Amino acid sequence: MSEPLNLLIGLAMGLNLLALGSSRLLAVIRAMSVQGMVLGVMPLMIVGLSGWNVLFVAVMTVVIKGFFIPGLLRRAMRAARITREVEPIIDFVPSLLLGAGGTVAAVALARVLPLLPEHAGTLLVPGALASVLTGFVLLIGRAKAISQVCGYLILENGIYLFGLLLLEATPVLVEFGVLLDLTVGIFVTGIIMDRIQRAFDSLDTRKLTVLRE
Amino acid sequence: MIAGGGALIFRLVLWLMLAPLLPGIINKVKAWVAGRRGPPVLQLYYDLARLWQKSVVMSALASPGFIIGPAVAWVALTGAALLLPLGPAGALFSFRGDFLLMIYLLALSRFGTAWAALETGSAFEGMGAAREVSYAVLTEAAVITAILSLSVHSGSTSLATMLAPSVGAGVVLLAAGLFIVLLAENCRVPFDDPNTHLELTMVHEAMVLDHSGPPLAVILHGASMKLLFFALLLTEAVLPVGNLAPMPAAGILVAGVLAVTVGVGLVESLLARLAFRRVPLLLTTAFILCLFALLLAWKGGAA
Amino acid sequence: MNSLLLVFVPLLGAVLAAFWPDNRSRPLLLPAVGLFHVAVAFGLLLTPVDIPPGAWIGYDSLARAVLPVVSLLFLLCAFYGVAYLRIRSERPNRAFVALLLAVLGLISAGHQACHLGLLWITTEAITLMVVPLIHFNGTARAIEATWKFLLVGGTGIALSLLGSFCLGYASIYGGGQGDLTFTALIAQGAGLSRPWVLTAWVLLLIGYGTKMGLAPMHTWKPDAYGEAPGIIGAMLACGVTTVAFTAILRVRAVVTAAGEGRVADHSLLAIGLFSMAVAALFLLGTRDFKRMLAYSSIEQMGILCLGAGLGATGAWAALFHVWSNSLTKGALFLCAGNMRRAAGTSAVDQASGLARLAPRSSAMFVAGVFAATACPPFAPFFSELRVLRAAFATGHIGTATIFLGCLLLAFFGITRLAFAVVDGRPRSARKTDRKRLAETAGVIIPPLMLLGLSLWLGLATPTFLTSAWTAAVAQIFSPK
Repeated sequence: MSEPLNLLIGLAMGLNLLALGSSRLLAVIRAMSVQGMVLGVMPLMIVGLSGWNVLFVAVMTVVIKGFFIPGLLRRAMRAARITREVEPIIDFVPSLLLGAGGTVAAVALARVLPLLPEHAGTLLVPGALASVLTGFVLLIGRAKAISQVCGYLILENGIYLFGLLLLEATPVLVEFGVLLDLTVGIFVTGIIMDRIQRAFDSLDTRKLTVLRE
Repeated sequence: MIAGGGALIFRLVLWLMLAPLLPGIINKVKAWVAGRRGPPVLQLYYDLARLWQKSVVMSALASPGFIIGPAVAWVALTGAALLLPLGPAGALFSFRGDFLLMIYLLALSRFGTAWAALETGSAFEGMGAAREVSYAVLTEAAVITAILSLSVHSGSTSLATMLAPSVGAGVVLLAAGLFIVLLAENCRVPFDDPNTHLELTMVHEAMVLDHSGPPLAVILHGASMKLLFFALLLTEAVLPVGNLAPMPAAGILVAGVLAVTVGVGLVESLLARLAFRRVPLLLTTAFILCLFALLLAWKGGAA
Repeated sequence: MNSLLLVFVPLLGAVLAAFWPDNRSRPLLLPAVGLFHVAVAFGLLLTPVDIPPGAWIGYDSLARAVLPVVSLLFLLCAFYGVAYLRIRSERPNRAFVALLLAVLGLISAGHQACHLGLLWITTEAITLMVVPLIHFNGTARAIEATWKFLLVGGTGIALSLLGSFCLGYASIYGGGQGDLTFTALIAQGAGLSRPWVLTAWVLLLIGYGTKMGLAPMHTWKPDAYGEAPGIIGAMLACGVTTVAFTAILRVRAVVTAAGEGRVADHSLLAIGLFSMAVAALFLLGTRDFKRMLAYSSIEQMGILCLGAGLGATGAWAALFHVWSNSLTKGALFLCAGNMRRAAGTSAVDQASGLARLAPRSSAMFVAGVFAATACPPFAPFFSELRVLRAAFATGHIGTATIFLGCLLLAFFGITRLAFAVVDGRPRSARKTDRKRLAETAGVIIPPLMLLGLSLWLGLATPTFLTSAWTAAVAQIFSPK
């Protein structure tokens, strides 16, 4: 069970780095959406087709993370006529190195944390931590609102990856929490981006600097 | 372990004679993709013979380093080549930690070329040398990480035992990383275009602009040996050649080197040169690929 | 069962407000729901109910100790809100009223949440509901504040979810059956996996600490408080943050049960002192009286954390401080809202002479400033004194010294700013708007009552409150 799963997690980690290294917004969005689809398949691989709620989580994840949110972001890009460049605050090479360093740190940290025998061989914990760190780098290191949203979503993906550890033991409630969070979060964010657009004619959060000491 | 003199000479001749074949093959592939006939495969041999007969033009400013540099580079490369094991036949010289010597020899050869380039006092050569060494910082990191991952995986610090088994799960990452390194180290597209004649965009070619005659022949021959060296390293790192019988191993080695060479030709035909400021990004990617291979080797070894 | 009314009645009110057709009469829903909420909350405070074991939600001792003050604050803010929305009648208030009611319901749920997942969901929902409220003024600066709130707050929630997962895994690794109510987690105690508990504690402290506005996760706070209407600032500073604080207290109880109480206490002390220091330094530098309130709020949150890290007596003082801070800070926010409208700005360099422009609000503001900087006889003086005594009693002399130093710096910063805006001559350049300026009873009486309550709480702390706090401390520190 754990070999193909680890391969998928490795793929998700690779997509993290792709998102960090891409200079085009669409590429970042694509990396994120592929990652969402990859994540959506995982519950089925861990638990199997045992119950309706596992299937539900899988399908919802693929639909929302893989199609709905990326579609929303692309629409926002078109509607707001955002240029395609990413505009890094932290340049691509440092971001990549940070991401790679974060991944190494995640693997090292994950060795400290004990795992149940059924999870012992998987890369779930390092993968989750690496995605969270990648999300942080994107949140901090990118100027445009859309890329920050992408960073937030990758961070969320990492948390989802971690949630898979609890999939069997706790109610799916926690999983719903993630989905709800994502949809509503993006929804609200979308509205706000719309407002930012109208107020500043730009989606550049670097212009949000009136409020400071 | 030091093999007999006969083996040494045989292997040396093999390296020296076969190396200039590779650029010819690459050019043939490129011509084939473009639908041209292209230069003959043996073109580099003709060029080398022609250059060897010419005289050297030397700048009045240049010190003897202008000649010594290429010679040092060539000797260092040959030494590195002899350290590389050839499948089950093993290496000529093998001892613990020999990979360090190999890395240092590669660095020494780069130093030799850059030194000779700086001797001319020309702005173009200086620029080329600056670019070459700044890329090298990243490629060397990748090479060292790749070799470390091999070392961690096999639990050995000698190239012969290190390269014998295959790497396991990280093999794809390692192959991709080493291939990018090969392209960068040998100044192929997308890092540098060997066909370009626009000095501003050149890297390696800019360094050798003022060389002529035998020193240029030595530089060109060294470059082809470097290509063969990296192609072999890549093949042996990916495939478990060391554990096979001699004949199939030889066949696989030749096939692997050919495949890599054709791959380089295809990349060169199908890709454009990268914008200059994007180069570090690609090299960092290579480094990260190798780093993850190392991570996998480490993780896999522990679990 | 009727503690659920505290959640569902406000939510029903929110739905009602969303469909209420009339813009003028809609705000009246706020005090109506507020009155009911106060009645139920205090009724349950006086006659505690048992909660069944394994329940996900219940009016337990900790909820009894904190929720009533939020309820009280909401009621007074609601009265203020009616007057405020009448002044701001040019803006549609449908979303404002509905979301404010929803936030009240969710805060009630968050205080009563006895389940890790439920607690997280309510916090998440509160954050999302608050977003449009901060944005109410619709100016470019409000958008900037909203964006920062969403980004920082969203990240904070994400981390607290990750922390909840870690705590859940700690339980499962220790042989738990996936029951994530706090009582079950505490009962598992030392059976929880230590490394996972520590990871969870760090993440939850950062996550809920972001909601509380602890430094260095406080960056959204000055912007949001500075740009949101005063009433929203009051609800954020004294309602939403208390949910995060009780969340931290609940998690701390689990961590202590798992045998890592020392780590928890030390980290609480460190982050509390750091927040106080950061807030005190920024208070010396800020040039805006609404942002000043935000930094002051960060400082108060630091005091709460400090108290929580000082053992049972400290936690008791912290619960006391929740009450005194909520009442005092609520009054300050409402007064600041009045003053901002009178001056047209909240920047110190442009606003002055508010004693003439808005004499009553200014007077109350000054009184509130002295209350908030812990001058007797207001309640914050007594609660902070108790925190200090807890620090000395437990031998934290260095902590107490830094605490006093920060308070002193904050006092300098706050009073300097307060007198700069109150004193002096009004800028005549500003065209005064009679209607916005008017200090009607609706915008004066609520802050006055809050100040009065703060005074009363300080002079005569009622025994039903002290016993509620004692019960809450017992729940956290010596669970059955």
